[in-house]
Amino acid sequence: MKTRETVLYLLRKFAKMIVTIWLVTTIIFFLIRLMPSNPVDRYIETQMVQYGMTYEDAKARAAHLFSMDLEKPVVTQYIDYISNVARFDFGDSLLTPGLSVLEIIGARLPWTLLTVGLGMIFAFIFGVIIGAALAFKRDKWYEPIISGFASILSAVPDFLIAIFIILLFGVFKFNGKTLMQISFLRGNYSIRMKPGWNMKFIIDVAKHTFAPSLTYMLSQLGVWILLMKGSTTKCLNTDYVTMAKIRGLSSGKVLRSYIGRNAMLPIVTELAMRMGLIVSGSLIIEQLFVYQGIGLELVKATNGRDYPVMQGIFLIMSISMVVSNFIAEMLYAVLDPRIKLSGGKQNGR
Amino acid sequence: MGDNAKPYVTLSQSSRIRKTLSQIWFAVSHDKVGFLGFCILILIVLMSLLAPYVCPPDRVSDPSQILKAPSADHILGTDHLGRDIAKQIANGGRELLLFAVFSAAIGTLLGVVIGAFSTIIGGRFDGVVSFIADVWLSIPRIPLLVVVSGFFTLNSMKLAVILGVLSWAGLYRTIRSEVLSMKEREFIEVAFMQNLTRSHIVFKEILPNIMGFIIVNFTLLMRACLYSQVGLIFMGLIPLEENWGVMINQAWTQGAIYNPNSVWYIIAPTIMICLLITSLVWVGKALEDVFNPVLLK
Repeated sequence: MKTRETVLYLLRKFAKMIVTIWLVTTIIFFLIRLMPSNPVDRYIETQMVQYGMTYEDAKARAAHLFSMDLEKPVVTQYIDYISNVARFDFGDSLLTPGLSVLEIIGARLPWTLLTVGLGMIFAFIFGVIIGAALAFKRDKWYEPIISGFASILSAVPDFLIAIFIILLFGVFKFNGKTLMQISFLRGNYSIRMKPGWNMKFIIDVAKHTFAPSLTYMLSQLGVWILLMKGSTTKCLNTDYVTMAKIRGLSSGKVLRSYIGRNAMLPIVTELAMRMGLIVSGSLIIEQLFVYQGIGLELVKATNGRDYPVMQGIFLIMSISMVVSNFIAEMLYAVLDPRIKLSGGKQNGR
Repeated sequence: MGDNAKPYVTLSQSSRIRKTLSQIWFAVSHDKVGFLGFCILILIVLMSLLAPYVCPPDRVSDPSQILKAPSADHILGTDHLGRDIAKQIANGGRELLLFAVFSAAIGTLLGVVIGAFSTIIGGRFDGVVSFIADVWLSIPRIPLLVVVSGFFTLNSMKLAVILGVLSWAGLYRTIRSEVLSMKEREFIEVAFMQNLTRSHIVFKEILPNIMGFIIVNFTLLMRACLYSQVGLIFMGLIPLEENWGVMINQAWTQGAIYNPNSVWYIIAPTIMICLLITSLVWVGKALEDVFNPVLLK
């Protein structure tokens, strides 16, 4: 145990993480400011057209409402923004005045986490089980079929899988009925429902969650099957597993103590890496299912040039990606004692 | 392969390319799945080449034929403007293919050149470029493209360039690790000792030797670019042209999916894109098994 070395390694990685997040925030900030058209112009235009205000009145009102001065030099705006973000103040939404960006994200993020998270957990569980089983059945006739299916699943874009799911559950008729009502394929919950912790609402939410979650699950299942199969196969061919078998250990013991942990190592790291995609991988699918999550919110904000909301969502997405990469590297170092901590360069899979 | 009679003559460029080509052929002809993917890919290419002459798409709408179910006249039915879907399918692959090849070529070129030079130069320069790549990869891709599409009225070619430029970082990482291991080999050390220029080492010594690796990554990058493009088209962020992605977008916005007659309007292009992408992945996998035989079957 070299505690000093470990702490230094952690500190260096942590510092790198903070710098990365800061750089990404900066890039996004300027990118968004450089976009043609801006929210105040759009607001002033509508005020002038609708209420016949003079330009000065409309502008004063806009400046008051938006509590941000877009006439200020971009650099000043940037310094304001960064110092606010450092205090976890992401500002207020421009399009829906009175609502802070944190409130918007707080309202939308749980829905995205629910659907994508469920999909990812189930994909991981099924993928690992099927993949490990396939590695033992490599001589069976059905192995290439399942592997081929897995590679198709991993290749096909997720939004096309979503189309197939909508077709299967909402369009094709079996015995004159579709498998699900179309209304369950759109939105987070039924319109008449009142959000609350009662059974009726939870069941309704569960029904609405099913199709998007299934999409996320299927789009990742193939990857997990192939990864787990590959990593288990690699372990099966090693000398220590052969030796364990020769020693006459029961197959269960070999599986648990010799194959399991080694085969799971790259898989767990990959899982940690993919955690980061939970937040950002949902843009198109949320549009398909009209699911009011963070991805749909970002598209809306982009269309209305709602700078603070865009920045906030981008920040959340980047943070989750960077942090999950950080966790993956940590896990890799913790789980695999062969990795030298001082090795600064990234180890490929 | 090599000319063993003259040991002091290194493999010439042309024989290296010939070797790579023969390896590619070996890959697709000895792997069942890879061969299947190769055949699908060839069929799609042939269809895209021949379609404009054999069955050009309908240019005028026919109000009497709107959203018809499949029939003898229209094998896959008609769309919301009364145009034949089968003809659109036949013509819809060309743009996607061109686009994917073009943007993947840009991305590969950037990734390979930056990756190889940064590794060969090494030291602090390499560290800085690696860090930039890390930051670059931390920006979520599709959301970024949504923002970028606010800047330009994107057409396919502009998008291809942007996508290619955006995707340098992922390839940079893989190329870097490959070149790092190559840097330890004797012939590169010899090249350094001979005081050859860095560009000579990169272009004449390293790149020909990782050609197979680059080709594998090229097919993977084509897949990624297709994903992004079709995704953006689907979200309606790219003006409409004539390809399968646009057909899906149109079918979706016209609600064809819920119309039992015109279900093929959305299924057909979806299946075609799936076929195209799957075939790319399969070919890439077969090539990887030959060029990069680390993974045991």
